[in-house]
This record gives sequence, C-alpha cells and structure tokens, in this order.
Amino acid sequence: MKPKIAVFDFTCCEGCQLQILNCEQEMPDLVAALDIITFREVMTERSDHYDIAFIDGSCTTESEIARLKEIRQRAKMVIPIGACACLGGVNCFKNLHPMEDVLKAVYGQAAPYYDTIPARPIHAVIPIDFFIPGCPIVKEEFIRVVQEILAGKAPYLPNDPVCAECKMVGNVCVFDKGQTCLGPVTRGGCKATCVTGGAVCWGCRGLIDEPNINAEKEILEKAGLSIKDIVEEFSLFNACQEDVWK
Amino acid sequence: MEVSRIDINVHQLTRVEGHGNIIVKVSDGKVEEVRWEITESPRFFEVMLQGRRWKDVHVIASRICGICSVSHQLASLEATEAAFGIRPSEQTILLRKLLYVGEVIESHILHLYLLAAPDFLGAGSVFSLLDSPEHKDEVLRGLRLKKLGNDIMEMIGGRAVHPQAATVNGFGRLPSTEDLLYLQGRLRNALPELEAMVQLFKGFELPQFTRETEYIALKHPQEYAWIYGYISSTDTGLATLDQYLEVANEYCVPHSTAKFAKHARESYAVGALARINNNYEQLNPMAKMAADELGLKPLCCNPFMNNIAQVVETVHVVEEGIDLVEQLLRIGIQEEDIVVPVKAGRGIGAVEAPRGLLIHDYTYDENGYIVEANCVIPTNQNHANIQRDLEVLVPRYLDRGENELRLLCEMLVRSYDPCISCSTHMLRLELR
Ligand code: SF4
Ligand code: SF4
Ligand code: SF4
Repeated sequence: MKPKIAVFDFTCCEGCQLQILNCEQEMPDLVAALDIITFREVMTERSDHYDIAFIDGSCTTESEIARLKEIRQRAKMVIPIGACACLGGVNCFKNLHPMEDVLKAVYGQAAPYYDTIPARPIHAVIPIDFFIPGCPIVKEEFIRVVQEILAGKAPYLPNDPVCAECKMVGNVCVFDKGQTCLGPVTRGGCKATCVTGGAVCWGCRGLIDEPNINAEKEILEKAGLSIKDIVEEFSLFNACQEDVWK
Repeated sequence: MEVSRIDINVHQLTRVEGHGNIIVKVSDGKVEEVRWEITESPRFFEVMLQGRRWKDVHVIASRICGICSVSHQLASLEATEAAFGIRPSEQTILLRKLLYVGEVIESHILHLYLLAAPDFLGAGSVFSLLDSPEHKDEVLRGLRLKKLGNDIMEMIGGRAVHPQAATVNGFGRLPSTEDLLYLQGRLRNALPELEAMVQLFKGFELPQFTRETEYIALKHPQEYAWIYGYISSTDTGLATLDQYLEVANEYCVPHSTAKFAKHARESYAVGALARINNNYEQLNPMAKMAADELGLKPLCCNPFMNNIAQVVETVHVVEEGIDLVEQLLRIGIQEEDIVVPVKAGRGIGAVEAPRGLLIHDYTYDENGYIVEANCVIPTNQNHANIQRDLEVLVPRYLDRGENELRLLCEMLVRSYDPCISCSTHMLRLELR
C-alpha cells in the first residue's frame, strides 16, 4: 500500500512546498511511490484520509490552531517542513514587537478585527513526529526522508554544525574575510550551501541540539558586532528560540 | 437553459498560491452576490523589515514569496542601492537579468503546466496527468522546462528558491565560463521544446471573454522591461517610480478619494498580459512569432489570455537568456570588489515579477537600518480587477449552469496566476 500523503500550507512563503514541486526529475518516481491525495497549491482533488501530513508554514492565527489539531487527529505522522514550520522562521519577527503595534502598523483603525497571535512553530501547537529543517528545505533531504519512511526506518536528522560541512566542501571561512556567520551553532545537512553560494550561514536550519551560544557570541563580538547586531544575527530565523540564545 | 438558482462557494481555491474564496449567489435568475475573497493569514512584511540592517534586508524580502523570491530580492536590492546612491556594474546587471530569466521560466511554466493546464485537459492535477499515457509526455516536457529555469537560478544565484549569491552591489559568487557555456547549450536546446509548448497551448480553447481595463507594467526605452524602467499605463502613459503611490492608490482603492474616481477606472491589471499590452513591440523575434501563432495582439482585453501571454514571454526570456549569456561571455566574468557606502536616505526599487509590477520602497537611517518599508505586491494590484471581471463574467455565462460557471470562475482567477500569500496589502489599502 502506498502511503497517503497530504501537504498543507500555513503562514509562509510556500517556498518549501515549491521545493517539493522542484523535484522535477524525481516527480514520476515520487508519484509512483506515494499516493499524494491533498496538496491545495497544485491539486483540485482532496481527501481527509491521509497517513503523512507535511506542513509548510507557521501557526499565526487562532483558526490555524484548530486546523492543526484536526490534521493531528487524522494523520499518523505529522512532519513540519522548513524554517517557518520547524522554528517559526521569519514569521517570528513580529513577535519582537507588541502585537497591538503590529496590527496597527498594517491595519490602522481596523486592527481589532484581525485574527492574529504570536507566530509559533508547529511543534508548539501539536506533537510532531519528525521535521525537515531549512529555508527552504533541501530537495535531496526531502527525498531521503521520504525514502527512509517508505523503508520503515526512523529518518535521520543531522546534528553536526554547518561548519563541519563547510570545511569539508573547502570554503574559506567568512570570519577570515571580515564577515560573520552562524555556522558554528547551526544544524548542518545543507552542505553549507549559503557559504558556498557566496553568502554566510544565517542559521535557517535552526540551532544544533547543544549549541555553544556563549562561544558564538564571543566570536561575533570579536568580529566587531554590537549587541544589537548579535540579536539581529540570531533573530533572522531563530527569533522564536530566544530563550536559547538570549 | 433557464437558471434561477446558483450557489457557488469555492472555499480555498486550489491550484493557486495562497488562500482565496470565490462566492457567487444567484436567486430567481438574479445575481445577488459575486465575491473574490482573500483569507490568507496576514504576513506583516512592513514589520518584518522594520529596524533590520541593510545586509539582511534582501534576505528577508526574499521570504515574502517562494515562487518569486528573485523578484523580491532584486526589487529589494535596487531599493537599497537607490537609497545608498549605488550604481551596480554592467556585469552585475547582466547576471541579475540572467537570474531573472531563470525565475520567469520557472514561474511561468509552473503556472502553465502545473496549475492551469489541468483545467484545459480535464484533470484535477499534474499528478493525475503524469499517470495518463495520453498527457504524460507533455507534462514531462513542462517539467524539463521548469527545471531549466531552476538550473539557471542555481547556477547564477546558488539555489532555485531564495538564492544566496545576489547581494547589494554585486554577487557573492560568480559563475565560471564553463557554467555559462553549459547554460548556453541548455537554453539553445530548449528552443524545440518551446515550439511544442506553443502548439500545446494553441490547442486549448479559451473563453472568448473580454472586458476593457487598464494595464500597467514597467517600460524601458531600450528593452522589454524586467528589472528597470518607468511605470507605463495603457490609459495614461508613463510615470516615474516615485509616483508609484499615486498610481497604486489611484487604481487600487475602489472606494478611496475623489481624485481616484476622477482619473479613470476602478481597477487595473498587472502581469504578463499587461506587459505585452504595454511592451509588445520589444518582444524578441521568436516570441513575436509565437504571439502571432497564438493570436495575441495588443490591446488584448481577455484576461484568460494571460496564460497565452505567459507562453509568449517564456519564449521571449529563453531568447533573452541566450543573448545575455553571449554578452557575459564577451565581457568575460571578472572578480569585482563589493563596496557599499551606507548612508541615510530613501530608495525605490521596481521590477516586473512574473505576476506583475513589484515595488519596494525603503527609508534607511545613517547606520543602514530600515526606518520605514513599503512593498507593492503584484497580486494585490490585481485583486480589484479580478473582482470586476467576475462581476461581468457571471451574468454573461449564467445560462451555462452552476458547474460550468464555477469552473469558469476558477479558471478566470487562475489565469491571473495570483500569488495570494504575498498580497497582504490589499487589506491594508481597502481598509484605510
Ligand atoms: S521556511 Fe523559508 S522557504 Fe520555507 S515556507 Fe518558510 S520562508 Fe518560505
Ligand atoms: S564560513 Fe561559517 S559555516 Fe563556514 S566554517 Fe566559517 S563559520 Fe563555519
Ligand atoms: S548555510 Fe545556514 S542559512 Fe544556508 S541553508 Fe545552511 S543552515 Fe541555512
């Protein structure tokens, strides 16, 4: 029996769902191995009888909480995909401001009519079975996780910092070029793609399990960052993990 | 057929980006309600960008939309550069244009093959088309073209969604000559595939529905405008970028000030059809031939033809890509110093995202932190026009019965290729 798959979108840019659709070469095989039954962005057909629910996006409204609870009841496995769903990601910026200010800034007088609550990752609302990090998720990782699930194995979650892979692919460390980077405390598995791609690690895959935050803060400070900029650095994708890095 | 009662309630329209509903109510043969309703959770971009430092701004702006992340990045980079008084090098501009070619191909093909084509082929999704022996090859062709767009973005930008290489005043990583030669081959090999795409869409029967409206797009004196230009309207001609608020406000807010009503229509459209209506003459030769073949001529006021306009533009950008690669090979890729002189000021960046005119407007303080940000998103400019179209479409096709009418309404909205997840501004503009 092919597992029945549903893909759901919550508050996000939908980039992680797009990464699934970007598996162009693998798509015929994916369609052969999986029974994709709900995926609103690309399908009119839909069904409530799914085994695995992939969830893109954060929870930012009361109605999204209700939707998540319903999904949890129906699905055997719930797997958030991407920084928005796993960490809260960029949606958490708004949590740094008082909620009334946020609403007023965007909706003016009509602010009280809007349903919005502080952004949260999915696991803060319902129990999850696994997660696929990244902003966006890495296609190859998505396919690997699907293969592991199909084989009845527990999916593998990398926990080495980005630096390990960054050195392996032979990048010059950006700290040596006067830039700053969250690679030392960020969960690897992306082959340090942003450093390789000419930028720095912004921490989109979230912090590793036991990050040495103080050491990271020290090197950021040594690189000349002010306290304000250190906060900027951590809050880019990890604003909802404030308790860990603040 | 005499239809006295119709009750259409499309909750969360499928095969579009983001969440929207279509509501149509007819009783005793009288249309009582036609509504295009946006239910997307608000995203608060203004707040996201507020207070951020310049070097993170395009990284955040990119996350407004996964499907047009390159457009948001470039509008953002242009705004920051305008604020700091930076003029990027020729190489940077050529590379940005090439990156853009990748995004337009990817985004148009995604819409044409994965979101729109199932309607014309009587299927619910591309997944079921992949299962059908009759259509499988067409879908595989679409996927190959889509991958071409993604591969261009990967090679020039680092990855397909939220590329990392583009930065203020340059590229953090440059492609090699081999990369460019490889892309040149890939682009040239795509030409026969494009011919097949044109034939596929030529075979689709589009509703003959027209409604006159205003079409707005960027316009550039020397080229089919994607990342630089003035604002051009089929009604009122050219306007400079700093007039964007007038343009957007004037036509985007149906119930706004008197000035609005005095000027012209209640809504306008942006996107592929709006671009071709404004810039048809600047299409590349093969794209013009495709437009001929598909019966697309300006001024075209059939919103369903936006699909066809995307087909034509896909041909256009592949030709453009071949040309850009040649130019880059001619000048030879050079390492450049990326210098960013931070200063206080305001800057506006405007691009033609695949779905239409996109504007970022930033004000920075002297340390390079954002004081104020405003973004005008393509889809929120189209919402009012979609609503007007539906209001005219519904009474005209009432005799087709509920099911066909529902499909027509859905197809109409899909034709605009709306990207609702980035259109929070609509609410903002309507309620002020
Ligand atoms: S994690 Fe990033 S790519 Fe994925 S939906 Fe969120 S913003 Fe988009
Ligand atoms: S560039 Fe960043 S990820 Fe790479 S080694 Fe240096 S700190 Fe680590
Ligand atoms: S390098 Fe850092 S920011 Fe880039 S994908 Fe990896 S974890 Fe995310």
